[in-house]
Amino acid sequence: MFRNREEIKEIQLHRLKELVKRVYERVPFYRQKLDAIGFTPDKLKSLEDLRHLPFTTKQDLRDNYPFGLFAVSLEEIIRIHASSGTTGKPTVVGYTKNDIDLWSELMARSMRNAGVTSRDIIHNAYGYGLFTGGLGFHYGAEKLGATVVPVSGGNSKRQLMLMEDFGATVLTCTPSYALHLAEEMEEQGISRDRLKLRLGIFGAEPWSEELRAKIEEKLKIKAIDVYGLSEILGPGVAMECQEQKGLHINEDHFLPEIIDPDTGEVLPYGEKGELVITTLTKEGIPLLRYRTRDITALYPEPCACGNVLIRMDRVTGRSDDMLIIRGVNVFPSQIETVLLSLGYTEPHYMIVVDKKGALDQLEVWVELSEQFFSDEVKKLEQWEKKVEGELFTVLGINAKVRLVEPRSIPRSEGKAKRIWDRRELK
Amino acid sequence: MIVKQLSVFLENKSGRLARVTEILGENNINIRALSIADTTDFGILRLIVNKPNEAYKLLKEEQFMVSLTDVIAVEVPDRPGGLAGVLKILEPYNINIEYLYAFMEKSSNNALVVFRVEDLEKAIKILTDNGVKVLTGNEVYSL
Ligand SMILES: [Zn+2]
Repeated sequence: MFRNREEIKEIQLHRLKELVKRVYERVPFYRQKLDAIGFTPDKLKSLEDLRHLPFTTKQDLRDNYPFGLFAVSLEEIIRIHASSGTTGKPTVVGYTKNDIDLWSELMARSMRNAGVTSRDIIHNAYGYGLFTGGLGFHYGAEKLGATVVPVSGGNSKRQLMLMEDFGATVLTCTPSYALHLAEEMEEQGISRDRLKLRLGIFGAEPWSEELRAKIEEKLKIKAIDVYGLSEILGPGVAMECQEQKGLHINEDHFLPEIIDPDTGEVLPYGEKGELVITTLTKEGIPLLRYRTRDITALYPEPCACGNVLIRMDRVTGRSDDMLIIRGVNVFPSQIETVLLSLGYTEPHYMIVVDKKGALDQLEVWVELSEQFFSDEVKKLEQWEKKVEGELFTVLGINAKVRLVEPRSIPRSEGKAKRIWDRRELK
Repeated sequence: MIVKQLSVFLENKSGRLARVTEILGENNINIRALSIADTTDFGILRLIVNKPNEAYKLLKEEQFMVSLTDVIAVEVPDRPGGLAGVLKILEPYNINIEYLYAFMEKSSNNALVVFRVEDLEKAIKILTDNGVKVLTGNEVYSL
């Protein structure tokens, strides 16, 4: 590993120069953007020059759906992953053979740094599929030489049985699912002594120190925070070490900046703002200054664990109004689109997120409008079902629709008022 | 012989039903018949009042989701089997009854029942042809 930050900066600059050259030559989207500001790759002399380069947004990925931002031909792409987008079309990413190797390598590095060894048995309950969580951990665990149990999500009873029978020592899943498993154990009267668990690596949704304390107490494990997003890589962008004081970013591959989300200005270390990442080495879909919309801060000071990789805070919020519900990205605009498509001219709605046990529940309160009113209960219930069906198609998760009276939802105070996240209170 | 019923959408939260009756009371509107159909989240209040158009306007002004629905008011003999007899008359004609409910008051010795059916004209014809009295709107409003 790196001995000091100078070493890291040196490698970052070298890779950044290569990257800018590569995207300029291979991705028409970036060539246009750079030409527009008169920037040619040879003008990049220092890491500070990065701030003159344009941002990339989720909208850019959407506009170039599905493969428009790929820097290599599909022949070289060996894997596709995707996450939900705001318009029903997902955000698509492609990995070359080298990208997959890098991903495995970085996951293994981060997991090792978090205390996982080749002797561990990893119960991987992240979802396998288009979502990057399951496969990201899977490849990392294999690379590390640990034993991975690719159980994926669902059927908690069976999960507990397998954890006990196989002697799992590490649990990987979303924090809410970890809590759900802990509660399921209590309910079934399964004694903690029957499990060999010692560590958990949890992410893919925002969580709090309070929830960490709860999980650690109930499962009697050390709970490690992991950060990632499919646009950049998936899990493996950053992970905590055993100190649990910030997540070490794999910054030799992912160059982080913190910006003011309103002005785009780069903020100094320690200040809270939006995390922006430049993928230094990715081949399939390299991104310049990708705006993650996640709010955090960076700390370059040395960590007690000895690792000199920069640390970021636990993500404390978003600079947009995206919600993460059961690991799925949900935007209010998606719900608005559905209501408009169903004939609402000016939909008034409220998104209510709550927890039922450990699992997220999504309710959408919709003001009833004249044209859908009926004196028959049956017809109103059919209407609710219809909206629920459309929401499921677009969001990919179940939402319960509740019809409410006209003018009962607060007006015109911005989008934030459309969200009532009651999970934070619990 | 069509009667105007007020249909009001109510969320299942306290005070909403009271607010409707309050508005009507303050404006000297009398409720002749009333029923509520509800689910866990919401209810639909159905009202027959003496001044339906005025009541509609008032509730609308107070931002209630309200509509006027055409129904019929039918005299039913006030004895065991009275309602069954009326329903039996309609049975062979495939008249789909969405819902029905009773008036609070009687007209002479008969009970009054509100019928909400799809084909009102057809139902009225069948009932009157079979000697069942269907009240006019004015008869109902001036009860
Ligand atoms: Zn550390």
